[in-house]
Amino acid sequence: MSLFDLPEGLVAERDRVDRSALLLRAVVPGAAHFALGRRRRGAHLLGYALLMILVLTLRGGAVREAMASRDPGDWLAAAFVILSLLGAVAFSVWDAARIVSDRGRTRSRSPLRIALRRFSENGLAVLAVYVIVGLYLLAILAPLLAPYDPTVIENALETRYLAPSWLHPFGTDEFGRDLFSRALYGARVSLSVGLLAVVVAITLGTVYGAVAGYFGGWLDGVLMRVVDVIIAFPTFFLMLMLVGVFEAGIVFLVLILGFTSWTGTARFIRGEILSLKEREYIEGARAIGLPSHLIIIRHLIPAALAPVLVSAALMVGGMVAAEAGLSFLGIGIRPPTPSWGNMLSAGQDALLVAWWIAFFPGCLLALTILSFNLLADGLRDALDPKTLTRKHL
Amino acid sequence: MRLLSVQDLRTCFFLDDGELRAVDGVSFEIHKGEIVALVGESGCGKTIVALSILDLVTLPGRVVGGRVVLDGKDLLGAPPETLRRARGRDIGMVFQEPGAALNPVFPVGEQIAEVLRVHGGMAAAEAESEAVRRLGDVGIPEPEKRARSYPFELSGGMKQRAVIALATALRPRLLIADEPTTALDVTVQAEILELLRDLRDRHGTAILIISHDLGVVAQLADRVLVMYTGKIVEKGPTARIFREPLHPYTRALLASITRLGQGKGAQLGGIPGAVPDFLSLPSGCTFHPRCSLADGECTEHFPPLRSLEYQRQCACYKVDALAPMGSEGP
Amino acid sequence: MILYIVKRLVLSVPLLVGIATATFFVLHLAPGDPMDMYLEPRFQREMDPEVIEAIRTRFGLDEPIPVRYGKWIRNLATGDLGTSFRYRRPVADLMWERVPYTLQLTVLALLFDALFGISLGILAAVKQYTKLDKVVTLGSLVVYSVPGFWLALMLVLVFSVELGWFPTSQTRSLDYELLSFWGQVADRLWHLVLPVFVLSVASAAGTARYMRNKLLDVLSEEYVLAARARGLRERVVILKHALRNALIPIITIYGMALPFLLGGAVLIENVFAWPGMGTLAVEAVRGRDYPVILATTMLSAVLVVVGNLMADITYAAVDPRVSYEGKVKA
Repeated sequence: MSLFDLPEGLVAERDRVDRSALLLRAVVPGAAHFALGRRRRGAHLLGYALLMILVLTLRGGAVREAMASRDPGDWLAAAFVILSLLGAVAFSVWDAARIVSDRGRTRSRSPLRIALRRFSENGLAVLAVYVIVGLYLLAILAPLLAPYDPTVIENALETRYLAPSWLHPFGTDEFGRDLFSRALYGARVSLSVGLLAVVVAITLGTVYGAVAGYFGGWLDGVLMRVVDVIIAFPTFFLMLMLVGVFEAGIVFLVLILGFTSWTGTARFIRGEILSLKEREYIEGARAIGLPSHLIIIRHLIPAALAPVLVSAALMVGGMVAAEAGLSFLGIGIRPPTPSWGNMLSAGQDALLVAWWIAFFPGCLLALTILSFNLLADGLRDALDPKTLTRKHL
Repeated sequence: MRLLSVQDLRTCFFLDDGELRAVDGVSFEIHKGEIVALVGESGCGKTIVALSILDLVTLPGRVVGGRVVLDGKDLLGAPPETLRRARGRDIGMVFQEPGAALNPVFPVGEQIAEVLRVHGGMAAAEAESEAVRRLGDVGIPEPEKRARSYPFELSGGMKQRAVIALATALRPRLLIADEPTTALDVTVQAEILELLRDLRDRHGTAILIISHDLGVVAQLADRVLVMYTGKIVEKGPTARIFREPLHPYTRALLASITRLGQGKGAQLGGIPGAVPDFLSLPSGCTFHPRCSLADGECTEHFPPLRSLEYQRQCACYKVDALAPMGSEGP
Repeated sequence: MILYIVKRLVLSVPLLVGIATATFFVLHLAPGDPMDMYLEPRFQREMDPEVIEAIRTRFGLDEPIPVRYGKWIRNLATGDLGTSFRYRRPVADLMWERVPYTLQLTVLALLFDALFGISLGILAAVKQYTKLDKVVTLGSLVVYSVPGFWLALMLVLVFSVELGWFPTSQTRSLDYELLSFWGQVADRLWHLVLPVFVLSVASAAGTARYMRNKLLDVLSEEYVLAARARGLRERVVILKHALRNALIPIITIYGMALPFLLGGAVLIENVFAWPGMGTLAVEAVRGRDYPVILATTMLSAVLVVVGNLMADITYAAVDPRVSYEGKVKA
């Protein structure tokens, strides 16, 4: 049983279900999917909706507070819960309608579908996706979930250096702040820095590589020399210098991480375009007067998507680690804003008195990086055309 | 004199999508000094037969049944060490891509000398000079110089000669040549075929040549085995098979060559339909969807190989209906 | 070959000048005044402006940026790296003191990395499809994912704080001077255990994964099959024929490890208060010690250039297909 197959016994039953009743049922996210035999998707929709409802009921006060708050981060969290719940309902109805209208039609075995199927069969990679989604949900919902304010210091003398307990699952730090709350807020910083820096790096690299490869000539020469210069720096050292000297804030940190990590993508995209330009169909297209850049883009995307996705997944892990490393050295995200890196730094100072300060953020960090590495591995296996075709006999 | 006897050989590949029977009950014999050709379209399991004989199929594939008897000794049942000694010493193998079959980081002469040292027990210096001699034997000019060359420094034909010298370094009694000329230019092809025939004539080496090129087969082989989807569907002496093919598949193969005399280098083609997917083989005779004579009987069971005349066997229910027509030739 | 090396080094001069220029201007574009690090601004306000000017003049901070750039480049060309603001000593002397400490860590780490990474990779590849392979591949991914500096903290917590087996930080004990010669050696090694372990474990995990994949690629090559078909022992096939090919890309990576030798231990040095290049660089960045920042940047750029050159030379040395010009011939 995979994500895309319908158990045969349910086909007949499915056909008996009345369409409108079905769509009405779809208002409960996933319910219609169960009736249609798409249990896995149904379970995901239902599970997600229940999770959000759970947040709304258990943390209702926090949600109301957050909606009234002027802090965009708080507001975002509350809006996210409500909008994503509505989104789940809308998607459920839309998807159920789509499945009903697609009834009887056989689904094509497109490469994307095959890749998805292969990916869904890789247990560890799927688990990694759940962990990543879970971590990002925790980050987004941090203001609703955090039991304490991450920065406010109250009664430091009473609450400092408390070992993990039910009240403070991750313990407290030297100022008596709740580390669980700080870790949740730290996830916001660490995870968004990682993701955004990769977006910057991939975008920059793709555009840069495409320009160099497409126009070629002296421009290509100049652009690639610049890449050589940047590659000649050890990346972490370059980040260290730039972040440190510019005393970067979060936005600047993202930009610096992105600007120091795009060269691999640029080289790859350039190489792909150069080899595409050599292909006969490009020359043929040019001969009959078609603009060649359109064809290059059409062929570039499927050829380059898989490797770029894999390297992006790997890069997120690397960026999260880089941010943590820089903050650990006291050069990245500066306290009191929590990030996993600067929490570790505080943990180092208090290592002898409070092991938990360094322990938990590090676990989260390792879990995040591991999940992204597993995701990248899974993507590579699923998208590798070499393993798609059976070996010759 | 029987040299090699392959009995009911079965090799499976255990893939995620299911079990793939690449070699499904293949039996044949090779006599001393005989050249036997195994023909069939690409992807019918010919190479796997060759690898199975040497028990070189690697995971996810495995030889699951059958016997390979060389001079009365069962190789597949033998301890690994015995099997290893038989490889190279008793049975040599030549591959399709001469460029890929030579290790790129060792000089050609060194690779031959290694075999002579390991199996032949020669001293280093002796093995080295013998390697040079072997390179000369297979018609490589300036063998002293070439022995020190790396594979990438040789042309395709030279590489294949070196591969043959390597495979026959220990004077094996059987040489398995898997598509030995496919990757080469036509002029070089003829030279390599001549070299193989010369090997048989001079040293009495039996050769199992695997090819989809009927021109090559017609020139070289004494007997032909025709293979389709992992099974042998027809066997017989080359002249008989070419003059009077019995199995509809063999006929189709031959019909795809315009004229026999010009068959050199001719490729297969023109058979309706495609080689079926091993994982979803047609029921009964696997050729029936592509066969004009097929009827209900053919869709039920795979026809057994039946002896029809001296040394000739064919696996087809319709062979009796065919025989008179077959004598007209393709 | 010497000519080639000289040519490459000469060609890299413009690259290095480019890096020097870029670094210099980026650094001076940054907000903030190094003077503030030397003396806190509130003291500066209270002090006699003439004294401050004198300090500025002494460090060359009074001149316009282009002039400073010209002076710096000229000094750089003569090997003068300037004077540290913070330590008020020549940068070259500072680096000369720090480099050995970093090398102790990184050279040892690199050795362990190669030793364990390569052998684990080979083991996993040879045992593909077994539990061992799964454990090694998954385990190495987990180890590879754990941030080294956090692992260092946790190891200190367990092995130094709780168990007291190893020192928490520093390069030697307080009573070092009182120890005998061998006592001193043992003391140094004792302090090296944790940092070297942390530094090598993650890179060994990476190496193991890379080695495994490369070896698996090579093991599926036809020349490996051919070597087996020649009856060579499995150990010879893997350790000689396959490994020689699989090691080529690995060796190239080690050629490029030169920058790692000085700059790869920044975080670990920080955890263990190790007085190496990494801590020097971090201190310099925190303290806006421009001459030190510029010097370490230049040093790392030079190492990258030399490292690439070394990689190319080793590549040419181990792969017969590659010439010194870096072109693949076949």
